[in-house]
Amino acid sequence: MNLEFSDDQKFLQEEARKFFDKEGGLNNARKVMDEATEFDLELWSKIVALGWTGIRIPEDYDGLGLGHLELCVIAEELGRSLAPVPFASSVYMFTEAIIQHGNEDIKKAVLPGLVSGEHVGTYGIAEELSQPTELNVKTNVQNNKINGCKIAVPDAGVASHLVVVVKSDQGIDLRLVDLADPSVTITPQKNVDTSKAFFKVEFNDTPSQLVGKEGEGWHLMQHLLDQAAVLFAFEQVGGSQASLDMAKSYAMERFAFGRQIGSYQAIKHKLADMYISITLAKSNCYYGAWALSSDSSELPLAAATARVSATKAFQLCSKENIQTHGGNGFTWEYDCHLFYKRSKVLSVILGAESTWKEKLIKSLEKTNTLIKE
Amino acid sequence: MDFNDTPEQAKFRATTIEWLEANAEPKASKSSGNTESSLENHLQVSKTWQQKKYDAGWAMLHWPKEYGGIEASPIERIIWGQEERKYNVPGGIFEIGLGMCGPVMMQYATEEQKDRYLSPMAQGKEIWCQLFSEPAAGSDVAGLRSKADRDGDDWIINGQKVWTSGAHYSDFGILVVRHDPDMEKHKGLTFFFVDMKSPGITVKPIKQITGQAGSGSGFNEVYFDDVRIPDSQRLGEIGDGWKVAITTLMNERLAVGDARGADIEEALMLSKAKDVDDEPLIKNNAVREQLADWFCEANGLKYTKFRTISALARGESPGPEASITKIVSANKLQAIGNFGIDSGDMAGMLIDDTDGMSSFQGAWLGAPGLRIAGGTDEILRNVIAERVLGLPQDPRADKGLPFKDIPTKV
Repeated sequence: MNLEFSDDQKFLQEEARKFFDKEGGLNNARKVMDEATEFDLELWSKIVALGWTGIRIPEDYDGLGLGHLELCVIAEELGRSLAPVPFASSVYMFTEAIIQHGNEDIKKAVLPGLVSGEHVGTYGIAEELSQPTELNVKTNVQNNKINGCKIAVPDAGVASHLVVVVKSDQGIDLRLVDLADPSVTITPQKNVDTSKAFFKVEFNDTPSQLVGKEGEGWHLMQHLLDQAAVLFAFEQVGGSQASLDMAKSYAMERFAFGRQIGSYQAIKHKLADMYISITLAKSNCYYGAWALSSDSSELPLAAATARVSATKAFQLCSKENIQTHGGNGFTWEYDCHLFYKRSKVLSVILGAESTWKEKLIKSLEKTNTLIKE
Repeated sequence: MDFNDTPEQAKFRATTIEWLEANAEPKASKSSGNTESSLENHLQVSKTWQQKKYDAGWAMLHWPKEYGGIEASPIERIIWGQEERKYNVPGGIFEIGLGMCGPVMMQYATEEQKDRYLSPMAQGKEIWCQLFSEPAAGSDVAGLRSKADRDGDDWIINGQKVWTSGAHYSDFGILVVRHDPDMEKHKGLTFFFVDMKSPGITVKPIKQITGQAGSGSGFNEVYFDDVRIPDSQRLGEIGDGWKVAITTLMNERLAVGDARGADIEEALMLSKAKDVDDEPLIKNNAVREQLADWFCEANGLKYTKFRTISALARGESPGPEASITKIVSANKLQAIGNFGIDSGDMAGMLIDDTDGMSSFQGAWLGAPGLRIAGGTDEILRNVIAERVLGLPQDPRADKGLPFKDIPTKV
């Protein structure tokens, strides 16, 4: 048994951590918040130069052709540093959609640009302030022209391409859209975490290309979401650990009633609970990473388990980090709020906790022999 | 990342399975093997099984070869445990001896004593218990008050121990007592082993909240009235009792793992089996959310264990992640037990084994004990905070004081 990353993967993680520290750590997210710039494009271009956007892209299209485990270790460091870059949208979601379902023409046109940084991709699913389902998609396609509107589209302001879930005569399709087309209108939307940017994307007879089989878009998207859920869970674990580290340092240096607040059991037990939640989430992430990298049929269950666990951990750790900091934790000056806000965004970005708990039980009902239907 | 054995591990597993197949009955289902039997019968069956394992070399895998072990690696012990669990074999009564008392005897006893005691312990002929906790010394076990007075070549022991698993059927015990109340708390302790049949020892089973007393490996009070122990049965120097005890407790921490009992599988089966107006409980959204939470916890513990095994398999020492196991599993057990009882709604309180309800009631009644035994939830959180995260210790009101001056009440 070996439920552990390889030495090369651990080395990559170490390099990633050093890179984000050297590039300013949390200051990048803070700068984007303070200056309302939506992204750190300088940091993004350095990430592109490191080759990380091409990790999963086959060598035929200028990528590195590596597996998902390399992405897992980088994801954890992105989560720790809250890097304000479109990595998740472009790499976990868009790139995977094209690698797995794009036809040869699309791959040739899009993938090398994702490696070089010329292209950035994202995805559009939500249309309303409620859970998107196969039945409530309204954005539609007729003769390759899309009409409708997607909301909460991450990073659309910096993206060149979009994979979008639309209704067609055949059911639900995935479609590729060039966001530079004049028929597309992109408007920023306010959100709780201003180190991340979300947009309304309107389509008015927008030209598009089919990705994957017609009528299978919803099913394909579920698989992409399962895969991305594991990677986001690693980000959440990274953010959880960073929140616990912050809380720990503060508990060591802050004195009250003549002693370090970390010597009080009220604080110790709070931090121990944070550690417990991270340990459970991390172990579930490793299971998810195994399922993701081995293309296992257990992926839907493993992804939901990792996601629910990591969502709980990051939300617990980020809110209790504020609590440990007392009044200071509620100030803009201290970094606690950066994690608190990011934890909320990550908890809903692929669907809320309750949505994923439902997915978890549904996949148990399909696969677990004790309760199989 | 993979879940496969290395070739050496696969070989060890195959040998293990081959022997178990030839010598034990596979379990029919997960819940079998817990059938009630008399204490005498349980002891007899356990001793026979232990002797059988001893004769074949499986009795104390990790012990050194000179004491009859095979010096198995941690990963081999885990493999043995994984396979033995699938068979209907008795367990429990030798764990304290083999896991805690044996190693401490190996480290501190004389050669003659090792020759005399270790082999009968390994063969299951003699059962050992551990006498540490006292009525006024639970989490703060170093606060124990049972005293040892020197009398020539002997020590005279007076006091009371409590929560001693298996004292009522044990032949020997390891014991920590206070030889000098004028010294600081941790410095005035000395460690012995004792014949449980010595005059002056009285064992009284404790009736637990489950209503059970003296069954299985139940708990006991053990009274010492002028019990005489020869100085030759002292383990470690006079005043080294705490150091020796800590070595033993480290071994206990390795032994205490999952809280056994109704888990996510049982909760899933119950949710599927029980229905209200033809709608199974598992279709109820509140139930589904709870099941998802317990699945995440159970799965998280499972893969935490796999991470530990991975580290051991690579010849590395495991990280501190295993420290979460008991807190999470005992609390999960309590919650799942509670869920099972609630599923009976107005009649949930009835002890009636339809739908396997009694396993949930057993879990609910037993879980409070598991949240306390082997380190309370609170002590374990302190351990995580102090030893894993490195937070400072609590200021202590007893630091530097002679033991007799430590406050005990207002």
